[in-house]
Amino acid sequence: MASYILKRLLAIIPTFLGVAVLIFLLLRVVPGDVVEARYMGEGGQFQSQDQMQIERKKLGLDQPLWKQFVDWMSGLARLDFGLSMWTGAPITEEIKLRFALSLQLALMATAVATLLAIPLGILAAVKQDTWIDYAVRVFSIAGLAMPSFWLGILLILVLLVVFHWLPPMVFTPLWVDPWQNLQQLIWPALAVGYRYSAVSTRMMRSAMLEVLREDYIRTARAKGLWLKLILSRHALKNAMLPVLTIISLEFAFLLGGLVVTEQVFNLNGLGMLFVESIARRDYTLTQALVMLVATFFLVVNFAVDIAYAWLDPRIRYR
Amino acid sequence: MAVTPRTVEELTRAEAPRPGWASAVRDFVRQRPLGAIGALIVVVMVVTASTAGFLAPYDPLETDYAAMLGAPDARHWLGTDAFGRDVLSRLIYGSRTALMVGLGASLIGTVFGAVIGVSSAYFGGRVDLVVQRVMDVFFAFPVIILALAVVAILGTGAQNVILAIAVPMVPRCARVVRSSALAVREMPYVDAARAAGFGHRRIILRHMLPNVMAPILIMMTAFLGEAILLEASLSFLGLGVQEPIAAWGLMLRGAAVQFAESAPWMAIFPGLAISLGVFGFNLFGDSLRDALDPRLRTQ
Repeated sequence: MASYILKRLLAIIPTFLGVAVLIFLLLRVVPGDVVEARYMGEGGQFQSQDQMQIERKKLGLDQPLWKQFVDWMSGLARLDFGLSMWTGAPITEEIKLRFALSLQLALMATAVATLLAIPLGILAAVKQDTWIDYAVRVFSIAGLAMPSFWLGILLILVLLVVFHWLPPMVFTPLWVDPWQNLQQLIWPALAVGYRYSAVSTRMMRSAMLEVLREDYIRTARAKGLWLKLILSRHALKNAMLPVLTIISLEFAFLLGGLVVTEQVFNLNGLGMLFVESIARRDYTLTQALVMLVATFFLVVNFAVDIAYAWLDPRIRYR
Repeated sequence: MAVTPRTVEELTRAEAPRPGWASAVRDFVRQRPLGAIGALIVVVMVVTASTAGFLAPYDPLETDYAAMLGAPDARHWLGTDAFGRDVLSRLIYGSRTALMVGLGASLIGTVFGAVIGVSSAYFGGRVDLVVQRVMDVFFAFPVIILALAVVAILGTGAQNVILAIAVPMVPRCARVVRSSALAVREMPYVDAARAAGFGHRRIILRHMLPNVMAPILIMMTAFLGEAILLEASLSFLGLGVQEPIAAWGLMLRGAAVQFAESAPWMAIFPGLAISLGVFGFNLFGDSLRDALDPRLRTQ
């Protein structure tokens, strides 16, 4: 097991480096830089080139590319993300609160998705080819089809028209006022969670169908066991593995993937920060954000692999 | 079960089915009602897009400041937007944008993905390893982040949006196609082709690619719905198709949210159009997958 963990861990390193190189180069290909972006709003054409050159020098943008990359990497190795090129504030400060928000939203949306997917998937499998099965499938395919930002708009509209109430528009961290915080975040979590439940529901259904055909289920039935017991004790455990994989991978993507939903609910999460930082050509901040989101994905992926190997010893020896 | 007596004609037809278009369609409808509904939605969307000029009651770009934010009535069936433009006409023309971007992006994404996937499987060894590691890198990005990065480089507008959506699709298609192509590579006819002295390009394009068409088609239909959704998301952020072009995501932007309470038709109908379109493509794609993939047929 230890050697398997080590092997998987080592496999992350080239991907991590690849992500770093890719985002570093991509950003340099984007036309313009942070200095131009800043002066654009203040009549850039009237700024002297010399002045801009001085600014660039201050930010280290006059250095050769390889030097910028090495500097950045050596900072990363010391967990030092550096300063934002736009605000000049430390990036950890810029990201902290937004990371908390995005992480909480991702967790809540995943919880919603799980609570929908598992019971619905089991129900559809047990009632295969009945109207219940069809209804569940249509419900989940519809969830996949509806943009979560539109669902968000509809939710706000319903709250406004029916309850004459709007969720709070200013973010309050969970540790400051949990009630206020939940009032704001539950709606986007519902909109996103419903959408993301679709794939897991279908996975739950097909995994369950497969397990229900196994011999040991028939034996359990022949013994006269209660259906509820068979499902919870025998079937669910064996059908959960692929479903857990899907749920955790979706969770990993939710951290940075909620750009549009954040926009609708006026949430200053990582996604909004990414759009802002790219528009400002804030290289250091954009790089830090991308590394954060990608690392999060790689770590979750790694954890899933390990959990898989732990739960199913056959995988370790392959 | 009662067996109705059958004429000789019927019996011979049953034994030697002629795989004509009509009967194929009939079988599909009978066996996969959900897929048929999806196909119907897709057909309606294609017809709407191609006859938009004829169907739309108004010019989608024509502003009428006297009829701003008008509620649905006999003149404007689905109301008007903040510029007095007819919502129905913009929806009809919007189907063009959605289909163009959706088809373009999924076509480019799957073609490049398929060629990379098949080549990776065909060459194997070090080439395969490097290609797979590169694909891993792309996998670590959420789709929307990758698309936004491409838009940042290329700029907004329909053509760039197509590329921005196609890029994240390439590695996903490549991975699926590669796993199918690995099996095809072991087939005797590939060895035969090599023995006959054909070049790599010919073997990849003429011998292997046609034999992994099923997964390619499945990926393409699956991508279509997703591409339409992504285009809507990008346009909604203001980073996709630009005003005044009629696009569903764009219609939900700005005034639609601002006036959601007083003019809800602006927020409801474009979202419905997106959902219905994507729903249709997904249903159709799902059934196509079931029909084409023999491993799934038993389920």
